Amino acid sequence: MKLLVCVSKTPDTTTKIVFNASKTELDANGVQYIMNPYDEWYALVRALELKEALGGTVTLINVGPADNDQVIRKGLAIGADDAVRIDLNPQSALSVAFQIAEYARQENYDIILLGKETIDYNGSEIGAMIAEYLDQPFISYASKLDTSDGKTASIQRDIEGGMEELEVDTPFVVSAAKGLAEQRIPNMKGIMMAKSKSLKVVAPAAFEDKAVTVQYTLPPAKSAVKMIAPDNMEELVKLLHEEAKVI
Amino acid sequence: MVLVFAESQKGNFKKTAFEAVTYGYKTAQVLGTECVALALGSANNAADLGLYGASKVLHVADAALDQFDGQVYAKVIAEVSQQVGAKVIVLSHTSTGKAIHGRLAARLDAGSVAGVNSIPTVDGGFKVKKGVFSGKAIAEYAINSDVKILSVMGNSLQPAIVGSPAAIEAANVAVPASRVKVKSVSRIEGIVPLPEAELVVSAGRGMKGPENWGIVEDLANTLGATTACSRPVADVHWRPHHEHVGQTGIAIRPNLYIAIGISGAIQHFAGVNNSKTIVVINKDPEAPFFKAADYGVVGDLFEVVPQLTEAVKKFKAAQG
Ligand SMILES: Cc1cc2nc3c(=O)[nH]c(=O)nc-3n(C[C@H](O)[C@H](O)[C@H](O)COP(=O)(O)OP(=O)(O)OC[C@H]3O[C@@H](n4cnc5c(N)ncnc54)[C@H](O)[C@@H]3O)c2cc1C
Repeated sequence: MKLLVCVSKTPDTTTKIVFNASKTELDANGVQYIMNPYDEWYALVRALELKEALGGTVTLINVGPADNDQVIRKGLAIGADDAVRIDLNPQSALSVAFQIAEYARQENYDIILLGKETIDYNGSEIGAMIAEYLDQPFISYASKLDTSDGKTASIQRDIEGGMEELEVDTPFVVSAAKGLAEQRIPNMKGIMMAKSKSLKVVAPAAFEDKAVTVQYTLPPAKSAVKMIAPDNMEELVKLLHEEAKVI
Repeated sequence: MVLVFAESQKGNFKKTAFEAVTYGYKTAQVLGTECVALALGSANNAADLGLYGASKVLHVADAALDQFDGQVYAKVIAEVSQQVGAKVIVLSHTSTGKAIHGRLAARLDAGSVAGVNSIPTVDGGFKVKKGVFSGKAIAEYAINSDVKILSVMGNSLQPAIVGSPAAIEAANVAVPASRVKVKSVSRIEGIVPLPEAELVVSAGRGMKGPENWGIVEDLANTLGATTACSRPVADVHWRPHHEHVGQTGIAIRPNLYIAIGISGAIQHFAGVNNSKTIVVINKDPEAPFFKAADYGVVGDLFEVVPQLTEAVKKFKAAQG
């Protein structure tokens, strides 16, 4: 199977968030970046498992500047065969999806996989956008994906308070949720091999952004916690009713 | 015009749809235009959408729409929006909305923001905000395309009754064939799913074992709350996976989140930080969760939780 996995780079959740003086951009100094966990743990690993079972190739794609190569190399160390980076510092989800679709259109992948969302913006938009540009089905929040012939896939998809089981033929786009696979830690051999795998840099296609971030602000500071004595739960209930007004 | 795609479950419109219509109505007021709702497939109580500000409900009744496929839905919504000349399309930020939102943006060459939590402003261009970086910041976006697509984060505004039942008008759209075959849809009946829950009682490793969850369930039942858990608890199968909240589980924003025996690691907090009120019950006064809590109780959960349940019972009895 010919598989494409979209990977993105996000600040680690534990990172302190600081903006530049004009509050228009994240200050990258001191930010710890990681591969988006849903891309890495679930989308990439399930792609590798499909390749192991049915043969084929797993290619990584990222839209971003040269700084992103480190994250891409990690994906290669985990086991992807090769990688493509579209050389653009993207300003919107639509531009990321547009670039990926432009590249994928010429390559005819059987399945394009990506994480259900990134952990920084949680937009969950890119998969649907790529699928629309390529006129393919898109299955979001897949927690199971099986195919015995590489042509028809059975997929389980998480929905609010339940799940949906469905069948779809390749080619399609799918976003990965917890359950789809188990995280793999790159080993020494993988890390060594990654260094010699191909990471192709491609120039972006022309695209005009339509929704861009103009400013970041910090949420209002939380007022200090009110402590309640453990033997006075009536007081807590009273506060929840009268002060917080939530019950 | 603002067009709101109103989601239903088997034709029943509920809070999610009412929130989206309320959002659409308020956005329409800012833009000085009207808000129209769109219902696809079965639509039992679609007229109710008028209560929340829809001036009318457009309805594509084709039974093929009772099976959800984002590709089909996006085509239908895009076509209706073009027929009526919608400038803003509003969806819910749910599993359904997310499968459509990006498609509409690509299809209509429209700027989009997913998961907005406040009403747009129009001073100096169309701008709208959402929470980012696990709630550590708020990002404001400018959208400069003619058509704009927004999906509304659940529980980010209160549905408000502002009108009367709406007239339902058939919309004439050809529904394309789906390339996805839905085999089954299963939902856990009888409980409010976590992403929609207003009250959540959540417990972690401090519970010591799955056999102790009775006190958590008692509290949840007494409050009418949905239960949740921390990741380690789901990982060792003390609780089902769909209860796992946090960075790798689901993100929720209830009015009340009660955390019992949960330390409050950043990855856990990332999924619950948008809760309006957080109560933390933990025997360790140094537990990080207290820093993020509104109300804290330092004590042994095995004593505190049953007492809290009793206090809630008394309160409910007094309320009648
Ligand atoms: C990349 C990554 C992603 C992650 N994603 C998530 C996620 O999505 N969700 C998530 O929850 N975690 C996630 N984690 C794990 C997270 O870091 C914490 O390890 C986890 O949240 C801890 O769960 P806990 O609070 O239940 O357990 P613990 O941290 O062990 O805390 C148990 C708490 O119970 C208290 N306690 C014990 N006994 C009692 C008692 N008798 N009475 C009262 N209190 C008591 C203790 O004082 C302690 O504070 C993630 C971690 C990583 C690295």
